[in-house]
Amino acid sequence: MSLLSVENVNKSFGGLKALDNVNLEIAAGTVHAIIGPNGAGKSTLLNCFVGRLEPDTGSVMFDGQSLLRIDPHEINQAGVSRVFQTPEIFGDLTLLENVMIPAFAKRDGAFTMNVWRGVALESDVRAKAMDMLADVGLSTKAQDIAGQLSRGDKRRLELAMCLVQEPKLLLLDEPTAGMARADTNNTIDLMKRIAARGVTMVVIEHDMHVVFSLAEKISVLAQGTVIAEGLPQDIKGDPRVQEAYLGGAHL
Amino acid sequence: MRNSSMSKNDLILLFCFSAAILAGPIILAPIGAGYPDLLQKFAIFGIFALGFNILFGLTGYLSFGHAAFLGAGSYTAVWTFKLLSMNPLPAILLATLMGGLFAALIGFICLRRSGIYFSILTLAFAQMSYNLAYSVLTPITNGETGLQLRQADPRILDAALGRDYGAVLPSSDFFGIDMTGYPGFYFCAVILIACFFFSMRIFRSPFGMMLRAVKSNQNRMNYTGLNTRPYALAAFIISGMYAGLAGGLLAVTDPLAGAERMQWTASGEVVLMTILGGSGTLLGPVIGAGAIKYFENIFSSFNEGILMKAFDFLPESLQHIMVSISSLFVGEGWHLTLGALFMLIVIFLPGGLMEGFNRLRTWLGNRTGGGDGGAVPDTAPAPSVGGD
Repeated sequence: MSLLSVENVNKSFGGLKALDNVNLEIAAGTVHAIIGPNGAGKSTLLNCFVGRLEPDTGSVMFDGQSLLRIDPHEINQAGVSRVFQTPEIFGDLTLLENVMIPAFAKRDGAFTMNVWRGVALESDVRAKAMDMLADVGLSTKAQDIAGQLSRGDKRRLELAMCLVQEPKLLLLDEPTAGMARADTNNTIDLMKRIAARGVTMVVIEHDMHVVFSLAEKISVLAQGTVIAEGLPQDIKGDPRVQEAYLGGAHL
Repeated sequence: MRNSSMSKNDLILLFCFSAAILAGPIILAPIGAGYPDLLQKFAIFGIFALGFNILFGLTGYLSFGHAAFLGAGSYTAVWTFKLLSMNPLPAILLATLMGGLFAALIGFICLRRSGIYFSILTLAFAQMSYNLAYSVLTPITNGETGLQLRQADPRILDAALGRDYGAVLPSSDFFGIDMTGYPGFYFCAVILIACFFFSMRIFRSPFGMMLRAVKSNQNRMNYTGLNTRPYALAAFIISGMYAGLAGGLLAVTDPLAGAERMQWTASGEVVLMTILGGSGTLLGPVIGAGAIKYFENIFSSFNEGILMKAFDFLPESLQHIMVSISSLFVGEGWHLTLGALFMLIVIFLPGGLMEGFNRLRTWLGNRTGGGDGGAVPDTAPAPSVGGD
């Protein structure tokens, strides 16, 4: 049963065909990695899922609902959360507030004017946010200003912000880029724990160590088309993949 | 129920604020500001700045057209006096509503853009309103003369209740209490306290948190399932209502409305007040409004005679030089002082006077061993703003 199904998606920027008839099925409850060389169209594809870009043609169906021609906040309310390549967080707010905001969004919807009930009384949301921060190992910094975090911590914070919403589908754009090996391994462990809860994940990743420790299925994108798709062991041995992506090097 | 949702520090802050405002005539007497006309201005512009701060301090949208709502509130209040009643309650109620309605209309259009484009759009709308008030809308605004009360005004409610003002020009009265002088100040003061309370509720609520999120990262908000437009628009309307209310109160204490209240300099003034006091803080805007109205009053009343006296300890030639230099900064030229003061604040205290107070408190706390720093009621920005 596929949670996200992408059919014949095309997207051009001027003369450049960024996505060329992409078809993709993401099965519910799996970790699906999308790999490919730089400029293959991976981020463009993810942007089409969250409403940042609109495909020229084709359809993107999520849980029986089209994700095209609706606003990003509606897509999120439908159950899709995204971690960006450059962390998008609320830099002026504390870590706790950063995680409470998505929790409020999940509970109260896209717009609520709840002025009379102070934040101090929202102990449920606060507790949930604190748990989430503890999960990603940031609970000691809960009252710090998010903008002052290191890049790795910002990524973990953004992950916490997405997870607190208990999304049906979690999109991750290079979640370990620029991380030290130890941090990368921590992130892999964290993502494994998330996957164990049954969250469906789509991961764009360059680090093959991450891909092969996490992914249950892999799609390889090159020049805007899916050139190969399958289980990790099949992809590892596929000559076309090695040709396109790894320049013939052996894994 | 409502009190239980307020923290102890907030209750102390609200209590101290109320006490300080109500005791204003006594506290401010030593610096020569303890008279009702000036105190009324403190309270009214305090409300104006409090509302502006909800928009600018929380969401970061810098409006350069808030005087339009102030002016609309004033006109509405004077028309209410003319048509309905001299009681200030319907006047300020309708002025607030008109401010909100006008803000909804302008905000709906201007909030399609952000940053400098938003500021320019609001400025354009305010200047349009100002020019309309002088030209096409003269039947409503009475043009350059300004909208005034007349003996022959209908005042339907007053007439229905058998209230007759006789041959004198009526002034607004709150169930028999004349709204000039100290009663007028206390009427404004009570409303200021209510406005401060409401502003505090917004700052401490999830809604206020969302408004700060709008300032911080709208992209993240959208991808977090939040619709940023209605949040920004709600903040704009609330601040427009505060401005309308302030405009209404100006008319209550002095039943006259002129278009100059809508001019861009008036819009700029509330920006200065908020930044001078400390934008994004609870108390800052009120302090900024007080400081600017106070200095305006002091410096604009100086003249050459007073300056000559101030420098008469110097030899005569030096006295004349000093007087001719300093006279540029007083009287009509007091804006020069304001500009210099504003530059100093922005350069050395970007967080406004509130930042200055906080630094002073930390410094004093360190000097006395840091013991009683925590005993002072929290006048700092909302804890989540981070005290910067």
